[in-house]
Amino acid sequence: MHLALPVLRRVVAGATVALLATAVGCAPQPEDKAASTPSGSRANTCVKGGLATRTSGKLTIATDEPAYEPWFKDGKPANGEGFESAVAYAVAEQLGYDKSAVVWQSVPFNKAFAPGAKTFDFDINQVSISDERKKAVDFSSGYYDVRQAVIALKGTKAAAATSVADLRGLKLGAQVGTTSLDYIDDVVKPTVQAAVYAKNDQAKSALKNGQVDAVVTDLPTAFYITSAEVTDAEIVGQFENQGGSPEQFGLVLDKGSALTSCVTGAVDALRENGTLAKIEQQWLSDAVDAPVLK
Amino acid sequence: MTVTEDESGREGADDEDGEDTSRAPGGSYASDGPSGDGASGSGKGAPDDGYVPSQRRLERERHQRTRARRATAIAALSTLVTGAVLYLVVVGAPGWPRTKETFFDGQYAREAFPKVLEGLWLNVRLLLVCGAAVLVLGMLIAVARTLRGPVFFPLRVLAAAYTDFFRGLPLIINLMIVVLGVPALRLQGVTVDPVLLGGTALTLTYSAYVAEVFRAGIESVHPSQRAAARSLGLSNRQALRFVVLPQAVRRQVPPLLNDLVSLQKDTGLVSIGGAIDAVRAADIIAGRSLNYTPYVVAGLVFVALTIPMTRFTDWVTARMDRQRAQGGTT
Repeated sequence: MHLALPVLRRVVAGATVALLATAVGCAPQPEDKAASTPSGSRANTCVKGGLATRTSGKLTIATDEPAYEPWFKDGKPANGEGFESAVAYAVAEQLGYDKSAVVWQSVPFNKAFAPGAKTFDFDINQVSISDERKKAVDFSSGYYDVRQAVIALKGTKAAAATSVADLRGLKLGAQVGTTSLDYIDDVVKPTVQAAVYAKNDQAKSALKNGQVDAVVTDLPTAFYITSAEVTDAEIVGQFENQGGSPEQFGLVLDKGSALTSCVTGAVDALRENGTLAKIEQQWLSDAVDAPVLK
Repeated sequence: MTVTEDESGREGADDEDGEDTSRAPGGSYASDGPSGDGASGSGKGAPDDGYVPSQRRLERERHQRTRARRATAIAALSTLVTGAVLYLVVVGAPGWPRTKETFFDGQYAREAFPKVLEGLWLNVRLLLVCGAAVLVLGMLIAVARTLRGPVFFPLRVLAAAYTDFFRGLPLIINLMIVVLGVPALRLQGVTVDPVLLGGTALTLTYSAYVAEVFRAGIESVHPSQRAAARSLGLSNRQALRFVVLPQAVRRQVPPLLNDLVSLQKDTGLVSIGGAIDAVRAADIIAGRSLNYTPYVVAGLVFVALTIPMTRFTDWVTARMDRQRAQGGTT
């Protein structure tokens, strides 16, 4: 025992040093090359079909799971149906990747902006562009102008609201991390604290159960909910856009991604040649004439 | 010694019952007082007995002090070196600036802190209310499971079924069903408040865990204790109340604390129903800014809540151990 103890001690000390040394050796993993390339000289790197993507020759696109209508159809982003699926394939084609070269990936919303190497080239998940978010990720230019809408069960006090002031005394609900929630906090400023849900699904059941008076979502989602999911609910109205520039959804890219300017160029081209408008007409044509809440 | 204590105890009881019958022993009781005082008075003079520590003892103490100082110095140096290495590994990582920006941004920490604290108040209230309810319900279920006698068979089965079911059911599913499912029934007079419903779901699950802790504690008391209590003439219920449970509870404190800390963290899951607790408050800011700092703030706040709780129970356990050690000598 007297002999064993110092030996044991030396072994433990040695192991600790070795562990620390390994930690030092393992820890620094150079972040991807993309981050280190200077941002100015990218315009001429947008070679069709030859971008510096995660997997060469393939374009990896991410979205959350489950993927909701009308943005995706049947929860299958790869079928090309639904607004965002169609936009994603249009962007891919514009970048020179045909349908077979597109790989879909499931990435939860709040993981899409984690630091460190990304597993996707861009993420399409109804993410609104804001200056604050631009500090964490890159955005393409906007592919859709968003309006926020209020839905409530038919025949309730909330359904009779015609102005923002009418909403003030109600119990409102929204999904966390959405601009819908910002509209509640910044525009409506309700007297009762809003209910905040992890997913729109839970907000929907709360609406059905009478746990909230009304739910705020973006307009296309509101149309889908009222027409297919909670059919005894109706759209109370939509909010006017706040401030000067309209709220837009953008594609999310890694901060400092080499692809940002190429993807932005593709989105801009699709807007100019009318493709985006055509896709919007096809999948979101309902979302047009909801009354505006002032 | 024990005999005199017994006698004085009986005297006291007599004193209360009939005053005039036991005057004489009462008098001898009073004379105890001054003699006690005298003893403490003589105690004061004790250090004055001219004791001088030997040269050898002083030498030994000096040696021990230098050894202790050296040990402290080595420990401090070793801690410093470890800290420095860890610091360099983390800060020296190429992704560190981005990680720092994302997880340790002072601006977002300041913005998140008051909101997280506001949310934490909900966690704390839930912890207190559910914690109390869980202890009571858990104890009732555990006792129901340990009842003897054929009459109690259905009660035992029910209690066992309860613990089996709610211990196995994932808490998140339990919460979903209670918070979102119960209001869907549209029962008259049943609340739709997500916090109350969420608290109910937490209580259901945790009382099943705690009941098992209690049961293990009760069954860990040696059967001879119960047998001895019964042979002294205590009823089954009295044996449980005065002999078994007091011994069982002591052994249960550490696992109970575990469950309490778990409960404290799980109170946040009521946010499924839309209520804003500390974590959801952080979620809201993180969702808007795409910055994780609010989560770190929320995490630290929870840790800060757990540490005093642990120290408190350590203190309670230590105190109980001391009492047990005293009782253990008999």
